[in-house]
Amino acid sequence: MLWFLLLKNSKMTAFICTRFAQSILVLFIMSLLVFGGVNLVGDPVEMLINPEADQAEVERVIRELGLDRPVTEQYWYFLVNAFKGDLGSSFIFGEPALKLIIQRMPATLELALFSLFISLIIAIPLGIYAGYNPDSKASKVIMAGSILGFSMPTFWVGIIFIMIFAVQLGWLPSTGRGEIGTFMGINSSLFTLNGLSHVFLPALNLALFKISSVIRLTRAGTREIILQDYITFARSKGISEKRVVLIHVLKNILIPIVTVVGLEFGSLIAFSTVTETVFAWPGMGKLIIDSIYNLDRPVIVAYLMIIVTFFVFLNLIVDIIYTFLDPRVRIKGDHQ
Amino acid sequence: MKLINRLFIILISCLLSSVALAKDLTVGLKSEPSSIDPHYHNLGPNNAFATHIYGTLVGSDENQQHYPDLATSWKPINDTTWEFKLRKGVKFHDGSDFTADDVLFTAQRAQNVPKSPSGFGTYLKGKEFIKIDSHTIHIKTKKPYPLMPNDIMTVKIISKKNGEGATTADYNSGKAAIGTGPYKFVEWVPGDKIVLKANENYHGAGTGAAKYKNILFKPIKSGPARIAALLAKDVDFIDNVPPLNVAKMKKNPTIKLNSGSSNRVIYLHMDQFREDSPHITAIGGGKIKNPLMDVRVRKALSLAINRDAMVSKVMEGIAVKAGQLLPAGFHGVSDKMKPDPYDPEAAKKLLADAGYGNGFEMTIHGPNDRYINDAKIAEALAQMFSRIGIKAKVETMPKAVYFKRASRGGPNKSPEFSFMVLGWGAGSGEASSPLRALLHTYDKSIGMGRANRGRHSDPVVDKLIQKALGTVDSDARGKLLAEATEVAVGKNYGVIPIHYQMNTWAAKSSCSYTPRTDERTIATYLNCK
Amino acid sequence: MNPKLRKFIEFCKDFSSNKVALVAFFIFLLILFVAIFAPLVSPTDPYDLNTVSIMNSRLPPFSEDFSGNYFLLGTDGAGRDMVSAIFYGLRVSLGVGVLSGIFALIIGSFFGISAAFFGGRYESLIMRIVDIQLSFPSILVALIILAAFGKGVEKTIIALILVQWAYYARTARSSALVEINKEYVDAARCLAFGNTRIMFKHILPNCMAPLIVVGTLQTAHAISLEATLSFLGLGLPITEPSLGLLIGNGFEYMYSGDFWISIFPGVALLITVASINLVGDHLRDMFNPRLH
Repeated sequence: MLWFLLLKNSKMTAFICTRFAQSILVLFIMSLLVFGGVNLVGDPVEMLINPEADQAEVERVIRELGLDRPVTEQYWYFLVNAFKGDLGSSFIFGEPALKLIIQRMPATLELALFSLFISLIIAIPLGIYAGYNPDSKASKVIMAGSILGFSMPTFWVGIIFIMIFAVQLGWLPSTGRGEIGTFMGINSSLFTLNGLSHVFLPALNLALFKISSVIRLTRAGTREIILQDYITFARSKGISEKRVVLIHVLKNILIPIVTVVGLEFGSLIAFSTVTETVFAWPGMGKLIIDSIYNLDRPVIVAYLMIIVTFFVFLNLIVDIIYTFLDPRVRIKGDHQ
Repeated sequence: MKLINRLFIILISCLLSSVALAKDLTVGLKSEPSSIDPHYHNLGPNNAFATHIYGTLVGSDENQQHYPDLATSWKPINDTTWEFKLRKGVKFHDGSDFTADDVLFTAQRAQNVPKSPSGFGTYLKGKEFIKIDSHTIHIKTKKPYPLMPNDIMTVKIISKKNGEGATTADYNSGKAAIGTGPYKFVEWVPGDKIVLKANENYHGAGTGAAKYKNILFKPIKSGPARIAALLAKDVDFIDNVPPLNVAKMKKNPTIKLNSGSSNRVIYLHMDQFREDSPHITAIGGGKIKNPLMDVRVRKALSLAINRDAMVSKVMEGIAVKAGQLLPAGFHGVSDKMKPDPYDPEAAKKLLADAGYGNGFEMTIHGPNDRYINDAKIAEALAQMFSRIGIKAKVETMPKAVYFKRASRGGPNKSPEFSFMVLGWGAGSGEASSPLRALLHTYDKSIGMGRANRGRHSDPVVDKLIQKALGTVDSDARGKLLAEATEVAVGKNYGVIPIHYQMNTWAAKSSCSYTPRTDERTIATYLNCK
Repeated sequence: MNPKLRKFIEFCKDFSSNKVALVAFFIFLLILFVAIFAPLVSPTDPYDLNTVSIMNSRLPPFSEDFSGNYFLLGTDGAGRDMVSAIFYGLRVSLGVGVLSGIFALIIGSFFGISAAFFGGRYESLIMRIVDIQLSFPSILVALIILAAFGKGVEKTIIALILVQWAYYARTARSSALVEINKEYVDAARCLAFGNTRIMFKHILPNCMAPLIVVGTLQTAHAISLEATLSFLGLGLPITEPSLGLLIGNGFEYMYSGDFWISIFPGVALLITVASINLVGDHLRDMFNPRLH
């Protein structure tokens, strides 16, 4: 079906091909930049080796890790292997970097999803309220709070959460991931009580920024919708305000909000590096930070390339979908 | 009566076994091992963790003294041959027998692990393993080799049956992770947890039998977070308690703290090989002949250090003043040497005698994420040196950058810095370890002075060290090492020792840990009521 | 009266209509003053090793040492006065944030305006790069730079410039597109002025309003991002302690009850970022309610 459409519109095919080529170019430049960069910083051997080892052992390790070869040659091997799906092996763990990253992916996804969930259930009611009663005191507090939420450094709030809820009150654990349960074949710590208690603080922390932006989105959407004819009509029919809000307003704002938030899911994953570091959450974000500290070059390169690929192709797909929805806009190359 | 007696015995034994094994233990570790393969990465956390699963021929107790583990006895039978008698009746976790073949296989494999970022070749090369019978082996070397038990102590014995053709990944998945240790491997989720269960058929010597049915290790890198996890009862036991938290935790009745001094000395390396040292200038920035080449200046710096304040204020009391390279009790330590007193007046006089009465400017370089309170140590030193007229700046950096620059960041891969804060842990538990690495003349061809970043060089010291390394007789070697230390540190001030690190472990109040000088966290050393 | 002056007074009146923004503006001025004159207004120089004493480490707020020094917000682990450390930290944080903002503004508006001016392939290329870059979250862009090239002052600034320039470029281009069709540009062209002159002498000044709005909000974002990176240990080195680094250093003391070492720098950061955001928010509403 899709191919049919493409054939029918050669201009569109050309557009998609260009975009695809651009994405590949971006990935290539990125690999060059990242690979070249990490090879300039520090000396991984000095980090890895036992201080008691003698010079011969140091030289063996340099050879073993392939660091005796010129950077260009190392890069060429990296490219060739990357095409075979091998992004190199971790200096520290000795296992494929890709495997290490995939091992930690579920923890990050679960944290990001749960924080998305928290942000939606907190922010949508607040946003609707603020949009519905724009002049009330409470709405002003909500909006001021959302600016505050934008301004608060996530990591600092995380520290304060730990101090209050874990150290002072002792209500929730401050670090790590909890027990893992299985539900419908999926393993996740969200399925056990212990797991939920561990995920709550980091997820709330990660959600903070999202809450602010969803409040603003919802408020703007609500204000637009309550001026629409069908709302006036519904009211004139004598439907209670509660119903108007629950059925009509909610139904109409939910779709755009979910779309926007869904598209921004990637940024949640990127920002989870910070939260994972504060709460020692064993996800991909913590892996990359640890790898940077320990100069585990293959893992740094693999993580950055995977996440860049993810964003580039997400962007490509969004572009293509938009093109199908409204072919005129994009192909003209207008960026307004 | 007989019946009652028997019932009573059954009851008691039930109770005892349930006391000993019913409980599970959760441990919060600062550093998780990078592999379950015992020969993949020769580094502290890996070696400590592997002790749970694998045995060694020669064991190392809490003071790094030798005890019989998989070997029941060992002795040199001539100048170049050591004989090891192996323990009989020991079984691996899979039920197979432990024999000389496993030792020979281990010796081969341990120095040839692909992609190993730091291997065991240093301890094994130049040693020929010969099987005499199923439970006797001989190890031959070209020259007399006194440090044989120290080297053999580092290598964990794996099973030939399970280990042939096994890769590091096979160990990590548990397929090949078969040892003779008190615990069996169950599962490892990197960054999240490691699970072990008790080995009921443990041979009983060595580190002592398993005390818990299951152990869960959780890596918690941040010190504060580890403490919080202990306070919240998420874990039962943690290692590496940061000194600054110790005082407050001592007041907490639900927690038991155990501190012990380690084999790690924090010391200063000083540029002694460049007339024009890159990070030293006259006051105001002019050129100056490297003052650190003068032993009087080095001595003055040592006298300017207020080691009492360093221990009580910077280290919060959790450290021991140092006058040499290893604390008392270790082999090869001098019993004559004491930590230098704090004497700024004498220090100023020495500086004036050496022609630096007006002081000079220098930069102290140090890591900020390697040793306990390392950045603060560097800052405190600068404060102390400023009292004798030396204007010191401090530059600290992450270890990822620091060690490369400190070892070979300068021209021709020479050490870049002039004055460095560093630490050295004697893995072999003998003074030969720091002496050969830090104070012997830098010489790549014979593997000496690898970490000699100040390039201190004195033929007298070199001769003493080499003579000691070839002396099999333990007492005679100890005397030579002590003498080498007295010359290199006491007379030459080749390096300036500051303090010995102490490590603190914390557990719930019903438990108590026997501190280990090698800083290792091993569950069998934790005793719970 | 000078029409420019009248316009300015009008603007000030307009701005003052929002009391919250006005207060935020004065708070920001105060912070700026403290940051610029940190060496003069700080009670001590926290990085002068001759005056800082390790003996004073971790004193709680409102305490005094033996020689009568008073520490309003306490001291940190090395015995530094927290007030002074925060003042110096503000200086570093604001310095890095503003410096990177200015560079990004220059680079971004250059590419944005020239793209609008020349159009064609050049424009598509620039805007394509801008689009691709904006599809990445800011922290990821910074992470790539710092992971690949290591930490340091100049690298952090470069990372922050790279994060921001695309926003300026996009804003500059869209306002320049509107300006280009106006008569004064045609007139300038008729006078045969050079392209550079037209772009930067004539078009740029008329695009300044939206750029300033974006600039305020971006600077707040840059300061916050720098703090995050420094906290992670990837941003500024320990020798240039920004607020983020101060918070990170205080983190380890949190559990022993020495809350002030981490909390106060965080409050300073929060006030700084929030005041800039409030001003920026109000400016945005004033200049162009539809922007964003």
